[in-house]
Amino acid sequence: MSIFDADFMRLAFATGAVVGMLAPLVGFFLVQRGMSLIGDGIGHVAFAGVAFGYLLGISPVATALVASVVGAVTIEVLRSRHRAAGDQALALVFYTGIAAGVVIVSAAGALNANLFAFLFGSILTVTRSDLVLVVVLGIIGLGLIAGLYRPLVAIALDEEAARVSGVPVAALNVLLAGLAGVTVALSMRIVGILLIAALMVLPVIAANRVARSMRSTITLSVALGLVSVFTGLTLAYYADLAAGGAIVLTAAGFFVLASAVASVRSALT
Amino acid sequence: MLVAVELKDVAFAYPRAAPSLQGVNVVIEPGEFLAIAGPNGGGKTTLLRVALGILHPQVGFARLFGEPAVSFDQRERIGYLAQRAQLGTNAPVTVREVVTAGRAPRLGLFRPQRRHDRRVVERAMERVGLSDQADAELSTLSGGQQQRAFMAKALAGEPDLLVLDEPTAGVDADAQESFAALLAELHHDLGVTILFVSHEFGAVEQFVERLVLVRGGITFDGKPKSLPPHWHDPSHVHL
Repeated sequence: MSIFDADFMRLAFATGAVVGMLAPLVGFFLVQRGMSLIGDGIGHVAFAGVAFGYLLGISPVATALVASVVGAVTIEVLRSRHRAAGDQALALVFYTGIAAGVVIVSAAGALNANLFAFLFGSILTVTRSDLVLVVVLGIIGLGLIAGLYRPLVAIALDEEAARVSGVPVAALNVLLAGLAGVTVALSMRIVGILLIAALMVLPVIAANRVARSMRSTITLSVALGLVSVFTGLTLAYYADLAAGGAIVLTAAGFFVLASAVASVRSALT
Repeated sequence: MLVAVELKDVAFAYPRAAPSLQGVNVVIEPGEFLAIAGPNGGGKTTLLRVALGILHPQVGFARLFGEPAVSFDQRERIGYLAQRAQLGTNAPVTVREVVTAGRAPRLGLFRPQRRHDRRVVERAMERVGLSDQADAELSTLSGGQQQRAFMAKALAGEPDLLVLDEPTAGVDADAQESFAALLAELHHDLGVTILFVSHEFGAVEQFVERLVLVRGGITFDGKPKSLPPHWHDPSHVHL
């Protein structure tokens, strides 16, 4: 029996294809700004969103999407207005999110297997309506990053120069934070809330080790993200593993491999 | 032609701090090559930020090309180069990618690069002598060459006003001299207004037409030749 005979696997792979591209692409610009951990903070806010969905009896993906975007934009606004240093803004949202999630989950009596599927990812839980949401928002996200690539690179290279020369830095930073929130919410079904940040960061830092230009870093990050998702989903299917863990361990394996290639290359030159 | 930069009776203080600037009056004409120097903490960076409209003065006003600096809406006319230590990314990046990023303000949002934009980028790399290293990774270049790459990035925006904030900090003496010679050449060839802010202005002293020393206010404004000999080290400027 082929892996694609099962409907849930076709849904998981289709969702994974979008998530595998979007997460490293958004992650690339976050890593450049020294905000590698923002995905983790947003993930914890998404947990509160999922819990709220259970409490109200509505789609947890929709409530997590709203919570993630609001959390991400809050972190960016606090950081940019110097009301809090970057790590303090992250910590504030991170802990508030997880605390709110725990309280709401206990109030909703939703501490069950479904919740664990959101936390660690599952190949069984992606629905057709999830897929539609992921494809539509994923295409919008990919299109925005492609269209705004040059100003985003200008900010990554020198934020102050971009601001002085009229690039709308504040608006683009909020947009990028919002996209990070969307990415977390879209990815949580298969990667899991607690592991999604890794898919935004690990392919990027693996690509950083071996690429020779920004464009090749981005291309390789996306390729590693896709291969990590597809490999992880396949392992999860055949070995009955948590999908998120399998995906992230594959991505971590690529980082080790890329580091080895970089070391060999450096020894040879 | 409109004055490039104008500061009129400017005073500025950060919250809960003594005034950084008081009674500052500076007019910079288009095409001038001017250095602003002074000791650390003397207010030169504050002056620069007020001039660029990043900070709002509590007293007086700042104008860029005749418009209030805070609401100046032709910012693509300004090229900016920061200290080398503040530049670069966590990712590998080529010289061409760095310089192309400088075209972003002229492109605006969503507009792709066209043939003219690519030509401007090529010309900017030629001007700083990095055409041969266009596809080299930035981190493989020397500190001075990296600074030239970011200079080309500023030039790729075809600026009318080039602002250099301590551009040679952390760069060795030879690279500083070579960078100063490059600035003189650019000023001569392009006629661009250059505002060079530095703690150390020795390397550009022979090229700039005008020197402004800042320590809470303007303590000297004139030709570098007319600066008293014992004032040549700006860290020894006294009010």
